[in-house]
Amino acid sequence: MRKLPSLLLFAGALLASSSATAQITGTVTDETGNQSFVVAIPPLTTPENVATPAGQTADLGRKVAEIISNDLNATDVFTPKGPAGLRSITMPEVTAPAFGEWEGVGAENLVHGFVRANTDGTLMVGCYLYDVSLKSEMVRQGYVVGPREWRRAAHKCADSIYSRLSGENPFFDSRIAYIAETGPKGNRVKRLAIMDSDGANHRFITNGQALALTPRFSPDYKSIVYVSYIERRARVYVYDIASGRQRLVTESPNQTFSPRWSPDGKSILYSMSVGGNTDLYRVSAAGGGTPVRLTNTPAIETGGSYSPDGSKIVFESDRSGSQQIYVMNADGSGQQRISFGGGNYATPEWSPRGNLIAFTRVGGGAFRVGVMSPSGSGEKLLTNSWQDEAPTWSPNGRVIQFFRTAQGSGKTAVMQVDVTGAKERKIDTPVDGSDPAWGPILP
Amino acid sequence: MKRNSATALLLAVSLIAVAGCAKKQKPEDLPPPPIGAEGNTGVVQMPTGPTPGSQADFVASITADRIYFDTDKSDVDADDQATLASQAEWLKKFPNTRVTIEGHCDERGTRDYNIALGARRANSAKNALAAMGIDAARISTVSYGKERPEALGSTEADWARNRRAVTVTVQ
Repeated sequence: MRKLPSLLLFAGALLASSSATAQITGTVTDETGNQSFVVAIPPLTTPENVATPAGQTADLGRKVAEIISNDLNATDVFTPKGPAGLRSITMPEVTAPAFGEWEGVGAENLVHGFVRANTDGTLMVGCYLYDVSLKSEMVRQGYVVGPREWRRAAHKCADSIYSRLSGENPFFDSRIAYIAETGPKGNRVKRLAIMDSDGANHRFITNGQALALTPRFSPDYKSIVYVSYIERRARVYVYDIASGRQRLVTESPNQTFSPRWSPDGKSILYSMSVGGNTDLYRVSAAGGGTPVRLTNTPAIETGGSYSPDGSKIVFESDRSGSQQIYVMNADGSGQQRISFGGGNYATPEWSPRGNLIAFTRVGGGAFRVGVMSPSGSGEKLLTNSWQDEAPTWSPNGRVIQFFRTAQGSGKTAVMQVDVTGAKERKIDTPVDGSDPAWGPILP
Repeated sequence: MKRNSATALLLAVSLIAVAGCAKKQKPEDLPPPPIGAEGNTGVVQMPTGPTPGSQADFVASITADRIYFDTDKSDVDADDQATLASQAEWLKKFPNTRVTIEGHCDERGTRDYNIALGARRANSAKNALAAMGIDAARISTVSYGKERPEALGSTEADWARNRRAVTVTVQ
């Protein structure tokens, strides 16, 4: 985890020069009414098909194209075509595409590239994006990765394409912490686990002997804060990924839960129940500090989440008689309710962009995930199911993951939806999954 | 063997408590001598009921080991008071026994809130027992939120059974 390969960029200057000439025109409208770029993604080619620890380079070329296509399809910005059903390309075509032919299949944009095995054992993945009608290059990047990191090169390529065409920040090259669930409903085994943003490179962290809940990656990806019942009650721990060791965030006889990092990673926000009364507290992430109490009512205050600049906290409270969402300054002052749509509102999460707060709305026999502005205006519900819960934001604030519980069986699944409400899909996990938490873009 | 020694210890501590306490306790309130204690190498007689002071004895001696709550509520009603009174009565007989009250919720709540709500419920039961004269220091609480449902369906009846505070003796 600590030793991430350096991703080498080549010809980065071309990216800057091409942006001046490229004009994006002509889009299609999908079923939700959103504009969407049709992008053709044939298999990446290879200068020489050789065996690597990750497989044959020609096979990798197809797999990289599949990951790019799958990534782009997760957003409301693209309608990817291929690699299935598209012909393979040659090395010369990588820099001289057959524009007329691709225009003929309806592509507005075209992704080309190659996978090359370097003599030092690394892989070079070339990534090119073209505007088909203008016959112009929009992105040219190369990533040198260790063979086990080849998927990251695909995500980086997808991020470059996504950023260039949407104007948004990248998010595919990022990771998810979540809870892997097995066993009967009455005695679920819940393990801390991590995976790439698309579900790949899955790894279990805890063995399931103790109930594990609500993980969050630290901003530097070095540790995970979560709740464990290893001492037969809810307590917040920081798990260090490199060493495999964990420590209590604060020593207390009371139950602690609902942990979140501050954006700078220096503080941990959590809830503590004292004599049945739950309030929000903040403590140094380094450990050993004195907790600072931030709320002070007889009601339940929990589910705190920092604004990206760290100046404010959104949280839920039932002080009005039902769960509702409130915003306050990071020191606890200026508490104001922002949810007024009826029913209960819970699990607020401030977007990394700062512009939206995602939440769970409970009412009418359903749990639905939605978004609203930090002032409470512009509420929009994104999902509709028996029980959708606990949204988490992609690093760029354009996509939300949450978990869905099935009525009766109690089986759970990690789900994803674009912030417009389009492109809902299940994230494949080895077993059931809940409490997803999206980390920042990888360094 | 472990239970026997625990019972013997309980007996010893009880005697000390009696000796140092102005309020007298009748001998019949004390637990009987442990079966199979040291010196008794003969045939062990099967007990006719649960070992006094044990979790089994607790469950057999009281109205119920749990009380139930309405949706999103944590208040203790008259029926709950009666149930807790029977628990308090037993706890007064075994003043060295400690209990943990587990607070639980149904599945129709968000995870963090349910941990907080379960804590509220467990604490309501604890406060009621304390009001009945049980030393609060003998009662610990834990909330499992919605993590350990007892009824496994998704009906109103299932949820009603899962909104509970369960008293468990610490053996």
